[in-house]
Amino acid sequence: MTGVRIAGVGLTHFGKHPERTGRDLFAEASEHAFADSGVSHDDIEALYYGNFMGELAEHQGHQGPLMAEAAGVRAPATRYESACASSGVAIRQAVKDVRNGEADALLVGGAERMNNLGTAGTTEALAIAADDLYEVRAGMTFPGAYALMARAYFDEFGGSREDLAHIAVKNHEHALPNEHAQFQNEISIEQALDAPMIAEPLGLFDACPITDGASAAVLVSDEYAEEHGLDAPVSITGTGQGGDRMALQGRDYLARSPAAEEAAEEAYAEAGIDAGDVDVAEVHDCFTIAEVLALEALDFYAPGEAIGAARRGETTRDGDRPINLSGGLKAKGHPVGATGTSQLVEMTRILRGDHPNSDSVPDAKTGVTHNAGGTVASATVHVLEVVS
Amino acid sequence: MSDHENAGYDEWLDAIAGGDGYFLECGNGHGSLPPRRICPECGATDLETTPLPEAGTVETYTVVHVAAPSFADDVPYTTAVAKFGPVRLTGVADDDVEVGTDVSVKIGESETTGDRLLRFERR
Repeated sequence: MTGVRIAGVGLTHFGKHPERTGRDLFAEASEHAFADSGVSHDDIEALYYGNFMGELAEHQGHQGPLMAEAAGVRAPATRYESACASSGVAIRQAVKDVRNGEADALLVGGAERMNNLGTAGTTEALAIAADDLYEVRAGMTFPGAYALMARAYFDEFGGSREDLAHIAVKNHEHALPNEHAQFQNEISIEQALDAPMIAEPLGLFDACPITDGASAAVLVSDEYAEEHGLDAPVSITGTGQGGDRMALQGRDYLARSPAAEEAAEEAYAEAGIDAGDVDVAEVHDCFTIAEVLALEALDFYAPGEAIGAARRGETTRDGDRPINLSGGLKAKGHPVGATGTSQLVEMTRILRGDHPNSDSVPDAKTGVTHNAGGTVASATVHVLEVVS
Repeated sequence: MSDHENAGYDEWLDAIAGGDGYFLECGNGHGSLPPRRICPECGATDLETTPLPEAGTVETYTVVHVAAPSFADDVPYTTAVAKFGPVRLTGVADDDVEVGTDVSVKIGESETTGDRLLRFERR
């Protein structure tokens, strides 16, 4: 079975770009990825593309072919939709195709346009990732859903809003040198605690912003990389996906995310590693509590232990295992369908040594990306390793 | 929200409104909610209606301050998840509920749209 190399990666700025079309955002991200890769557009055998709410934001379905055209690629193209895990799932399909010998060069990525809907419109659009009959009709919003999980976590394991504030402060600090980030400003614990409530116990600074943006990566087989003399030092050595009941009310656990546990187990087994081998991770912190659930699902901490990780300084830039050196969804931004691939982009740069925060982890060889859909009814985990 | 009917779900709301709430139970004792043909736990298709317990217990709740347009006039409101026997339900709850509060389930309506919704009242 061939290995899967990350030949090139690209991003747009993540932020408020309400006037820019999805196709323009994806074109820019793909342009950067191709320039970084040294791979010819003609060699791309398929596009796997993640997008969540294009029908609502742009009145645009069937985005696969549209985005292939925008990227200058003449190849079959498929859109993947798994809510906020859309492009994580797209990456997984590409990894399988390369390993199976189905393809030697593929384009993956995602894009989302959100700010043109406004806050109320975006809140309504995001809610379609929840169960319409049993959750949305009871007033559940996405911040509300994560608030329900946060309350359940506090009730089962303890923890406080201040613990969560430390996660927000950390991720804002990490985003400071990241030119792609929506927020490049520091915040204080007091600011986070004093911010208006969105859904108790979560306030404004516990939530990621509404973001427009796109991400892309060119993936190739080991053989392609060698034949073309590519400088592609990072490989995807593990991929995993897990699933859970759609609605929170149908779950075995309200304060854990078994779908991500399952994804991590599978990805670690493929890569032949365990949690202790992971130097650095990008995790799906759409809300501060989500980072806590992710760190426990990835087995970096036992259930109930990750809530104090940021406060104790273990996950900060100078901690033992820095989490979300990009700024995470919280500060870098969360253009839903683009997020899974953007984590891959950030981790590739961190491991290659050309990320603004690479200096924090100069010896890092193994990184993990964790992408969650809905209230973690879908999850993907990927292991990235420096192989040359 | 569209105004089409949702067979199975609408009748379930009618039953709760009439004080005859139920859940679906398979031969292995797994609970689920309609519309449902197949037990999500074991794949069984012998689903029977079983009366919903009168009392449920709040497992988690949140007070929502930023709502979707369909709840714009309802804010702030409390959304809770409560356990009724083998199933959990999600509903809008009395504002003073906490984890562990005993509730019963009724049918209320959204102040914004007038649409029917599940409502948890303190017992």
